[in-house]
Amino acid sequence: MTRKDNDRNAVEVRGLVKHFGATKALDGVDLEVREGTVLGVLGPNGAGKTTLVRALSTLIRPDAGTARVAGYDVLTQPRQLRRAIGLTGQYASVDEKLSGYENLYMIGRLLDLSRKDARRRAGEMLERFSLTEAAKRPAGQYSGGMRRRLDLAASMIGHPAVLYLDEPTTGLDPRTRNEVWEEVQRMVTEGATVLLTTQYMEEAEQLAQELTVIDRGRVIAGGRVDELKAKVGGRTLVIRPADPGELSRMVGALAQAGLDGTAGATPDETAGTVSLPLLSDEQLTAVIGMLSARGFGIADIGTHLPSLDEVFLAITGQKASAPADDQAAEQNDALQGAAA
Amino acid sequence: MTTATTTATAGARPRAGSGEGRIGLRANLRHIGALARRNMLQIKQDPESMFDAVLMPIIFILLFTYVFGGSIAGKGHEKEYVNYLVPGLMAMMGMNISMAVGTGINDDFKKGVMDRFRTMPIARSSVLVAKIVVEVGRMLIATSILLVMGFAIGLHIETSVLHLLGAVALSMVFGASLMWIFILLGLTLRTAQAVQGVAMLVLMPLQFGSSIFTPTANMPGWLEGFTKYNPLSNLADAARHLINGGPVAHSVWMVLAWSVGITVVTAPLAVTRFRRKT
Repeated sequence: MTRKDNDRNAVEVRGLVKHFGATKALDGVDLEVREGTVLGVLGPNGAGKTTLVRALSTLIRPDAGTARVAGYDVLTQPRQLRRAIGLTGQYASVDEKLSGYENLYMIGRLLDLSRKDARRRAGEMLERFSLTEAAKRPAGQYSGGMRRRLDLAASMIGHPAVLYLDEPTTGLDPRTRNEVWEEVQRMVTEGATVLLTTQYMEEAEQLAQELTVIDRGRVIAGGRVDELKAKVGGRTLVIRPADPGELSRMVGALAQAGLDGTAGATPDETAGTVSLPLLSDEQLTAVIGMLSARGFGIADIGTHLPSLDEVFLAITGQKASAPADDQAAEQNDALQGAAA
Repeated sequence: MTTATTTATAGARPRAGSGEGRIGLRANLRHIGALARRNMLQIKQDPESMFDAVLMPIIFILLFTYVFGGSIAGKGHEKEYVNYLVPGLMAMMGMNISMAVGTGINDDFKKGVMDRFRTMPIARSSVLVAKIVVEVGRMLIATSILLVMGFAIGLHIETSVLHLLGAVALSMVFGASLMWIFILLGLTLRTAQAVQGVAMLVLMPLQFGSSIFTPTANMPGWLEGFTKYNPLSNLADAARHLINGGPVAHSVWMVLAWSVGITVVTAPLAVTRFRRKT
């Protein structure tokens, strides 16, 4: 995980530990985020992602370990640290009774902007996040996506050096999610360092250059997105027969073909496809030739790298998220947090 | 577009704080102002939240004057009771309004916006102080309505307008100190309902075991003893003597002592609690 020396780290976490009663929410987390990059912190619900973000934003005190953000220590320099960060949580941290404009103006004033600057900056941010038309409406009446955008705008008012995005698109529809992604990408182009937690593999893939996979408060894997994928396995060839009824016959034909990789052909009944490990480019031609020689119609053929879901499965031996249970775990987390 | 925005905002960078990151007095006042503005806008958005401050004084003064007034002061002497009751109700308004602060703070914590405040470079006490500033404003409105109602049904000032203002100021000071207790409760208990429940348990004996509604001379000795040290009695007596004339020094000093005592003990506890809350 060590990078070239000339890359400065905006976030450095060493051996961070946080207990809530008997639960170890963070069990010795190490990670770093290079300046101007996006680190994706990937993990199922209850893995400790939110606890990590809360510790790095001075909302909770870690029990052990150190963390420096923008050069400031979370324990000894919380005030300076707060000047350098922006936080967008899972739940929009805006005042629902205030209008979009009033929310941003208030944040500007709290960040010591003059009245005039706070007004101007609020206007700019509303425009940038396409909220100008809704500026005067209470944030409580905003759609989920608008509220999230307002939240991002609020986090950006003070030009934070480091931005934490804690599951920024959880609960958003695909279109709104894309809007948020575009916004995050734009912030990074403008030089922000981002620590993004997510349980969506696609999101991490879209936004992050590097990934840290955490589970039960521990880092279980880390590295560049493509490195992680390479670690887990190679490309797969996926074929969809024109006639879904021929799926099992096609699997049988492949299994007996004796070509490279065809012995590993496995059907996916629900998707109506058969997949096999792809070992060489020649194999692709050979397999297509064999199938057409035997008279199979092919509706679709494609190759793909393992998804991060598969990566997670390979690393932890468990599925990345089982929503119902984990929801409870996360809530439990929050409650314990409140009690502590 | 992007570049244009970036260059335009370059000048709007927040002023750098001092090296230590400490928050100066002027910055602190600015933050309290911004947060108080937030609390006021919330009321504007949700006018029902003013119902207690507006309606309570009206209902209480009418109810007590006409239901109990006759029994306490004698039938047909309700008007005389008004001059006894209004200063007492002034003491009570503060208590009731400040109770709402506890449930308000508790509710606030359920929302993400508190997380934002606590990750910003502001003194954490400013969130609480702003709340108190606005609530004192609400108390002032409630008290004004009470006085207007009082004048309408026969309240007359025996002393001077200055004395009256003194009584109002005293009840604000005491009410503000009570707010710290309720903030502490609001930060400690889990739900707003629990805060309300506990607050009622405290409120009822303090309100009725006092000289707010009726002179204490006819109460049993042990209760009379309790009322003597009940700060609400002190405040009611102080306001009464300020408006109707009479010795004020003892009761005024008692109220001020209580106010300072309560604030000194509970304000630091509340701020600490606020800081530690996760």
